[in-house]
Amino acid sequence: MSSYDLNQAPLRDLNRALHALRPDTNETHWTINGPDGRHAIAVGLDAPISVEIEGNVGYYCAGMNKLASVVINGNAGVGVAENMMSGFVHVRGDVSQSAGATAHGGLLVVDGNAGARCGISMKGIDIVVKGSIGHMSAFMAQAGTLTVLGDAGEALGDSLYEARLYVRGSVKSLGADCIEKEMRDEHREQLYAKLQAAGLAGEVNPSEFRRYGSARRLYHFNVDNAGAY
Amino acid sequence: MCGIVGLYLKNSKLEPQLGSLLSKMLATMTDRGPDSAGFAVYGSDSDGVKLTLRGPDQAALRKAISGLEEVFTLTFVKTERDTHTVLSVPAEHEERIRAWLKVEAPGIDVVSAGRRMEIYKEVGLPAAVAERFDLASMIGTHGIGHTRMATESAVTTNGAHPFSTGIDECLVHNGSLSNHNDMRRRLEREGLTFATKNDTEVAAGYLSWRMREGASLQQALESSLSDLDGFFTFVVGTETGFAVVRDPIACKPAVMAETDDYVAFGSEYRALVGLPGIASARVFEPEPAKVYAWERH
Repeated sequence: MSSYDLNQAPLRDLNRALHALRPDTNETHWTINGPDGRHAIAVGLDAPISVEIEGNVGYYCAGMNKLASVVINGNAGVGVAENMMSGFVHVRGDVSQSAGATAHGGLLVVDGNAGARCGISMKGIDIVVKGSIGHMSAFMAQAGTLTVLGDAGEALGDSLYEARLYVRGSVKSLGADCIEKEMRDEHREQLYAKLQAAGLAGEVNPSEFRRYGSARRLYHFNVDNAGAY
Repeated sequence: MCGIVGLYLKNSKLEPQLGSLLSKMLATMTDRGPDSAGFAVYGSDSDGVKLTLRGPDQAALRKAISGLEEVFTLTFVKTERDTHTVLSVPAEHEERIRAWLKVEAPGIDVVSAGRRMEIYKEVGLPAAVAERFDLASMIGTHGIGHTRMATESAVTTNGAHPFSTGIDECLVHNGSLSNHNDMRRRLEREGLTFATKNDTEVAAGYLSWRMREGASLQQALESSLSDLDGFFTFVVGTETGFAVVRDPIACKPAVMAETDDYVAFGSEYRALVGLPGIASARVFEPEPAKVYAWERH
């Protein structure tokens, strides 16, 4: 087990050491102390390791993650797990805006609340937020799932493509081209699987959720509008 | 970009540390605003009004102040700090002093007026600005600081925050307003005067006007959400109050921490890590379009 204190040694050295790890490394568990809100902690990981961060982190923590499991025992700033490709990021506190932005894969679990623009432009990530999410979440989301146990803010799923949004609480308003859709068995199964991955199997009932998705009116060009250009 | 910090003490035991805590918070926000820095400290009470004057140097300030003392046949209590001097004057003389300075000492600016508030600001790196004014030694109940990366007006001391447009009132701003010219004209019709073309000064003036018309700090900020257009995170101080508001889009970052001893604001969490008991504080992101206000009774 490797331990690293960011108040004793530079962040850049830590990230460099993490980037140098080979896929078959034996240094599979890392503990990071003293994050103190620093930006870009444990970004760009590309090995099946687990990283535990003790405290609050700044921007872009675990961004571009591939294969690694990152647990943050605190809050996270803007853009946690942004552009994640695979792996697992678990935030035990709240996250700021743009959590999981543009991410292609992996699972992001937030125990607290997420700020605005959660899952903006998501491209395949699964996000589970145990609290509520802020405005403009899943804006232009393309693929993946966003599961929210609490409420969603204004303009949920604006200009949405094909991501699936499951919300248990209230939705303040839906964005352009986002509509409520029927919750069929296949969706309950998918939701159950995501809740299970987030460690919530049996604790949360999938049938309490509503499903939102794209009305698909925006993303095909309508030839009747040709004269407008 | 810009960085904002604020600290409002609930426990008077921390008052001797206000300046040192605030100066560390300010220095941490250098990455967000290296052009200039400024801060307001709500310190000791005065019988009259404390005018914070700024000049090119102490020689110019001393010359202006001795001129004033001659005219008013009074000796003012004064505290010199680098390019600023805090002058305690009888409240009834404030207007005449301002008028005299305008005519007789054109290089001297009145940065702020307050029973308790003093404002210091200069161009330069935040840590250097704090050092020049010896912020670390200042005592008080609350303080607000700003590190500036200029967007809407030039990098000058007059463009640095905080802005003050009323007694013991100050405001710092991260963002930019888009209707400040129109709002400035409206406020000038209401009798307010502005020292700069800066958008933030208009926001400060707007709140001063609302409070002059009877609104509480909370109410003034609530109405700013519909009357001011643009991006903003504001942190505002009054003699007894401290408040935070973010625009409905919430583009500009904000983090708050609250314990039994204090309420603290930072543009980023990094600014708050040096505060006592931060590990067990309630740390949260203020919601968009929601006014957070604290008032000392």
